[in-house]
Amino acid sequence: MTRKQLRKIGTISLFVLPGLIIVLMFIVIPLFMSMYNSLFSWTQLIRNKFVGFENFAKLFGGFPYRDMFFNALKNNVTWFLMTVFIQNILGLLFGYVLSRRIPGHAIFQRIFFLPVLFSIVAVGYLWGLYLRPNGLLNEILNLIGKPEWRHAWLGEAKFATPTIIMVNIWRWIGFPSLVFMAAVDNVSVECLESAYLDGAGEWKIFSKIVLPLIVPSITIITVLTIIGSLNVFEQVYTMAGLDGAPNYATDTIGTLFYRTAFGSVDAGSPEIGIGSAISVIIYIMTFVFSLITVVSSRKREVEV
Amino acid sequence: MKKRFLFVLALLLVCSLAGVFAGGASEQKTSGVAARPTEIQFWTWRPEDVDFYNSVIAAFEKQNPDVKVVQNAIKNTEYNTVLAASLSGGSGPDVFQARAYGGLFSLSQSGFLEPVEKWVPSLKDFPSAALASATDEGVVWGVPAVGQTMLVFYNTDMYKKYNLQVPQTWSEFLNNCQVLKNNGELAIANGTKEGWIVETLLGVVGPTFYGGDDFYNAVVAGETTFEDPRFISAIEKMGELKPYLPEMYTGVSYTDMQSNFINELAGHFLGGSYEAGYFEAQNPDLHFDIFALPGIKASDPKRVSVYADMSWAINANSSKKEAAAKFVNYLSSVEVSNRMISEMKMVSWTPGTDSSNTPFIQKVLSLQEEGTPYIFLAGFRFQQPTGSQLFQAAGQGYMSGQMSAKEVAASVQKGIATYYAPFQK
Repeated sequence: MTRKQLRKIGTISLFVLPGLIIVLMFIVIPLFMSMYNSLFSWTQLIRNKFVGFENFAKLFGGFPYRDMFFNALKNNVTWFLMTVFIQNILGLLFGYVLSRRIPGHAIFQRIFFLPVLFSIVAVGYLWGLYLRPNGLLNEILNLIGKPEWRHAWLGEAKFATPTIIMVNIWRWIGFPSLVFMAAVDNVSVECLESAYLDGAGEWKIFSKIVLPLIVPSITIITVLTIIGSLNVFEQVYTMAGLDGAPNYATDTIGTLFYRTAFGSVDAGSPEIGIGSAISVIIYIMTFVFSLITVVSSRKREVEV
Repeated sequence: MKKRFLFVLALLLVCSLAGVFAGGASEQKTSGVAARPTEIQFWTWRPEDVDFYNSVIAAFEKQNPDVKVVQNAIKNTEYNTVLAASLSGGSGPDVFQARAYGGLFSLSQSGFLEPVEKWVPSLKDFPSAALASATDEGVVWGVPAVGQTMLVFYNTDMYKKYNLQVPQTWSEFLNNCQVLKNNGELAIANGTKEGWIVETLLGVVGPTFYGGDDFYNAVVAGETTFEDPRFISAIEKMGELKPYLPEMYTGVSYTDMQSNFINELAGHFLGGSYEAGYFEAQNPDLHFDIFALPGIKASDPKRVSVYADMSWAINANSSKKEAAAKFVNYLSSVEVSNRMISEMKMVSWTPGTDSSNTPFIQKVLSLQEEGTPYIFLAGFRFQQPTGSQLFQAAGQGYMSGQMSAKEVAASVQKGIATYYAPFQK
């Protein structure tokens, strides 16, 4: 290798190095640490002896961890389904309508995107206030003469998770809207024009031309939704706390992991071994599901 | 990704700045005057009490000019994590507020705590119930600071207005609630949105009905289980309060219920004695008193749950243990304890404290004569799933009508039996 080549490699690695160090320190090392930690028994915060897969056996072996894990996973699935069907379909609609340049689209575009910029803690706290039994939402229902529709939104098992999901959709909808708007904007004008001239209606243009051409964006949003739904934590933490209250109705594998690994303030003591096992499972699931989505939707992409 | 990068960048910036300042500080040390006081770090989970501890520190520093105390108050819900993380990193405060029972032993079993007996000579005079909250494997790991009692607060103005008497039986209590309700008042302030306030509810209602120490000792020894009819009936008594709780109480949070009572919207508040100071501070015009929940007959003992809440601990890795011990001795002195009683309305364990000027504390102490350990905290909060965790979730299920009292008891029993040897026989 010549000196020049060496220097070139040196310069290139200089640019790569900071990113690499950050990824190593904050992603790769913690990942392997939690895999390693999950194979040991723990006394509080001290690592004891190697126990192989015993923590995983405990996690899936029976009451209460297995019940809590699958209950939490079920809630994650609810998160995924509601987000895909409500947020992403609405996002697609908003994105499409915005790209059609309806009157005032520039204002709507900003309004939709504004909540994305809000701090998640502030959103959780404020909506927590609005959703109290005597909060804004119930007062509005009173005003419009529908007191029987009032609920303890965050306190009733059947409403708690859907309510938090809806708040999260409110906060996040601007993001898919923006991505879909950009994607629809990128569909070539010639293509749309010729379709118009051939007499295709709005629905036909959307379903036969626009939709197939924006599959890459749909893939990205779906992958992000999967990852987001498996990792959901802050929204639940700020609105319902760590314990999955009421009665595990809002528990997700994120809160279950945190509570198990670090111990909840008012109820528990830490079990780092089992907590690490949960985090390994979260990682594997996120990886596998993302891979499946990426591979399967690559086949559906259409080139013009 | 971009967000994460910015965060890391900010982190690096903060770290490098901290490095600069730390460097500056160490330089100062070497070039400073010889009689520079030893600086110790003191952590609490009470941002609400920063002023109180600042004045305690000021008084301490006046008496001990060779020690300087730096207070750092961390939000209650984040305290355990922040403390555990810095202690396991080999650093952390020299002196800190630690929990009692399982929360304290999680630190001592990790080797983070200095045994306090040799540093705090007055410890031998502390009540044994208090020492039990800080003793693991025969070693005392913290100086017990305050004790809490679970009882009923009632609004004395409302009682006068509707001509009510302090109830002597359970049915009199329900009757008082009914009178308040009939007059359009909120009878009981409590909600069940957070799990731990359901456990509090059991702490107030339970002991009178499950039979206090008799049941507690039997269940801890494994001679009976949580499926004992006495315990199930205690849960059912909790359920009898449902008609008197706020509308949609499953969504009423701890702060909501505090505000219900503070703003004189509710006649009763079932909670811990630690509320009194806050109630007074928030609404000086609020007139309240306390009682223990009565049983079926007037002659039944009116029992209350009692527990140690907080202890003063010394970091095992501290390089300034002498100074730390000085401060801990001061914190647990009669002087500070008297201030805790008069200024914070807390029941101090320090022997020789004087509560004669504080009728509230005297009343709490008189109720404590029928005290029994706060069952899940004192007996079953050492391993996951803790009794508290199990009861909090199932209790919410019970209060919202999803589960029966029997199912609650069964779920608590089954969860604890996964690790608790006396239940595995």
